[in-house]
Amino acid sequence: MATYLIRRLIQSALILLGVSFITFFLLYVLPADPVRQIAGRSATAQTVANIREQLGLDQPFIVQYLRYLGGLVQGDLGRSYLQKTEVASLIASRLPATLLLMAGGIGCELVLGLSMGIIAALRRGRTLDQSLMITSFVAVSAPQFVVSLLLLYVFAVRLGWFPIGGYGTWAHLVLPAATLGVLGSGWYSRMMRSSMVEVLRADFIRTARAKGLTRRRVILRHALPNAILPIIAMIGIDIGIFMGGIVVVESVFGWPGIGQLAWQAIQRIDIPIIMGVTLVSACAIVLGNLLADLVTPFIDPRIRLR
Amino acid sequence: MKAMPEISSGAVAAPDSDPILSVADLCVSVKTEAGLTPLISGLGFSLNRGETLAIAGESGSGKSITALAIMGLLPPPAVRVTGGTIRLGATDLLRLPETRMRSLRGDRIAMIFQEPMTSLNPVMTIGAQLTEAIRAHEPVSRRKARAAAVAALRSVRISQPEQRLDQYPHQLSGGMRQRVMIAMALVLRPEVLIADEPTTALDVTVQREVLDLLRDLQAELGTAIILITHDMGVVAEMADRVIVMRAGQMVEHGAATEIFSRPAHPYTRDLLAAVPRMGKGAGREEVPRTGTRPPVAVVEDLRVRFDIHGGLLGRLTHRVHAVEGVSFSIRAGETFSLVGESGCGKSTIARALVGLVPHQGRVEIGGQTLSGLDAAGMKALRRRVQIVFQDPMAALDPRMRIGDLVAEPLLIHGLGTADERRAAVGDLLERVGLSRDQMDRYPHEFSGGQRQRICIARALTLKPSLIIADESVSALDVSVQARVLDLLAALKTEFGIAYLFISHDMAVVENISDRIAVMYLGQIVELGTRAQVFGDPRHPYTRRLIDAVPVPDPAHQRAPAPRLAGDVPSPVHPVGQGPDPVSLTDIGDGHLVAETVG
Repeated sequence: MATYLIRRLIQSALILLGVSFITFFLLYVLPADPVRQIAGRSATAQTVANIREQLGLDQPFIVQYLRYLGGLVQGDLGRSYLQKTEVASLIASRLPATLLLMAGGIGCELVLGLSMGIIAALRRGRTLDQSLMITSFVAVSAPQFVVSLLLLYVFAVRLGWFPIGGYGTWAHLVLPAATLGVLGSGWYSRMMRSSMVEVLRADFIRTARAKGLTRRRVILRHALPNAILPIIAMIGIDIGIFMGGIVVVESVFGWPGIGQLAWQAIQRIDIPIIMGVTLVSACAIVLGNLLADLVTPFIDPRIRLR
Repeated sequence: MKAMPEISSGAVAAPDSDPILSVADLCVSVKTEAGLTPLISGLGFSLNRGETLAIAGESGSGKSITALAIMGLLPPPAVRVTGGTIRLGATDLLRLPETRMRSLRGDRIAMIFQEPMTSLNPVMTIGAQLTEAIRAHEPVSRRKARAAAVAALRSVRISQPEQRLDQYPHQLSGGMRQRVMIAMALVLRPEVLIADEPTTALDVTVQREVLDLLRDLQAELGTAIILITHDMGVVAEMADRVIVMRAGQMVEHGAATEIFSRPAHPYTRDLLAAVPRMGKGAGREEVPRTGTRPPVAVVEDLRVRFDIHGGLLGRLTHRVHAVEGVSFSIRAGETFSLVGESGCGKSTIARALVGLVPHQGRVEIGGQTLSGLDAAGMKALRRRVQIVFQDPMAALDPRMRIGDLVAEPLLIHGLGTADERRAAVGDLLERVGLSRDQMDRYPHEFSGGQRQRICIARALTLKPSLIIADESVSALDVSVQARVLDLLAALKTEFGIAYLFISHDMAVVENISDRIAVMYLGQIVELGTRAQVFGDPRHPYTRRLIDAVPVPDPAHQRAPAPRLAGDVPSPVHPVGQGPDPVSLTDIGDGHLVAETVG
């Protein structure tokens, strides 16, 4: 177990190194020039050159990257070009909001998706199954900005149940989390349904019924733990998809998280912030996967971590 | 137990006590697009206390459906009972609401299934699965249920029952799991136990142990058993009475001794005639000596090991010694068989022979050494050796027409024009007993036996000198199996092919082999001609295998064997260590026997 953890952590570090290199390289070859953004339109060539030198952007790519990496290992993510503040503290101040939103979104999609999937599997082939699967299809295919606007219009503007945007109370969390959850619930309901249908056909379910167990016990104690196994691995991967959604949802609802930060930084080519947010998201994905893999053996005794 | 009240075929005489279970005029149908299709019609029988009734028949005869109908576990909504009664004592099970039926299941009627590997929940401990069976029916405390579970495991002769309770199914062997299933079924002392192919998935020595166990427990508890099986040997060993089913109908019903000695129905006669019997081959005249012919394959000191990595740096820590120091040769036109139980390395040898697994040692096909061949040489070599696998459905691409499937080897090796290939495929299909105009059909349109014929035709296209038949007839019904074996024998004389026949079925092996090698844990423990190995088995393991085979004759008296529950040792060893090599001694005329170590 310990050796497994150490090996996985080393692997994770290598993945993050790769992500940092690729992102840094992409931002380097980007045709937009951050210095022009900082200096403004009226700046002289001399000012531009000075800023470039000051930021070290006149150095060759490999030097810039190694310098960045040097800061990174000391926990220094650099300074924002425009806000002049530490990227690390910018992200730290906004991370709790994003984590809250993620937790809300994942909770929402799991509760919705898994229950829809289970019910559909138990009513397989009936009308309820079909209507649930059509619903999930719509949920998967609806773009997030459409869903968010729809939810805003109905529940905030028309009904006035929840605030239109902002951050602070639990009521603020509901609509953004629901927006994130809708997409995921469509996904998970389909996964859960097919997994459950397969497990319900398994021999050990027949054994459980032959023992004279109640239907409730057969489903909850025998079918569910087996059906949920493939879903757990999915949740780990899902965090990556989530990060993409968070940028959209945080912008629409004015949620002060790192998604919003990233969106603003991209518009201004604020490279240190873009790098910082990318690395933090990559960290979240890597850790999410690791966590999913660490949890699985507790449910499935056949899996041994070596 | 063999002393039965007189029973005439078709009608059941009333014994002194009322039957525990009686089925009358049972009809089960499946709903299809074309309407209701009957699966079982007009089935009737009764079962008395302490009696074993075997329901025998080939696949699709409706035996498992009968069992599920009694349990009330038919897959809804498509399959349902459309007529008749099933009485347990005085209760008509078909009229019971599901809640009442549920409380009977596991308590008064219990069932064990074919696949011990998949019939237990993989994520629950043995203990949890046993105790929940008890607590579903009896209001006992967790502690009491656990004590009862320990007693149940002990009664099925599982060692260290307390520790087993905390283990998961994957930590037990197949035979152990089937014992757990039996313990689970019998823990509440049901009046009726339905055993649906309880030993089909098990090795023959394990089958022996499980059958012995069932018989002992029946004598102790007085449970009535319905034994569902396709294996007439098992029927003969276990049953007091037999029902023979075909296509959903009972064709014959009578005492076991009657059915085996004087089968009345022609189908029963055919079925019994098709059963491979031990001892039938030994009396057969010896095939022309093939000793002087050149060998088509020579295997010398073959070793196949699989690495197991572990630790932080993924270092090599253990090795699976799948095949260890195996040597034999196959001569042109002979059938050489490898027998042994699962995990003994017989299939690995087959894969090494065609270069599908890396090996050490020397493998020579038609005078050419396998190792060191380049891709082109390997491809040329593959023309000489073809494999026919166990599961014909899995071995045929479901999206290809059978004409294309059979022609594919020719295409891969760039032989012939399209028309020539089509003509050759037509000839081959006719040769294996199919017709030329079936070429454009897909595999799912054929029965299991026909599919295996297609696989054989495909193996023949390149005119190989050696065909490896890896459990090729194991998945087939006996009557189909007999015909496929006849086909293989006919092709052998016609084309002069040699076979490497791999099987766990001693009776089949005895019937078709010229020479036999018995394998145990990756090594050959005995090798010789059929007459030598079966007529004069010297190694204790060979004897154990032969003794364990059920004999399709109720009158056969088996020598009492010690009732033991041993597991095969593991072939996994730490790096640098390995199994003790066995040394084979020639005890005369090429009969090689391993010196027994212990």
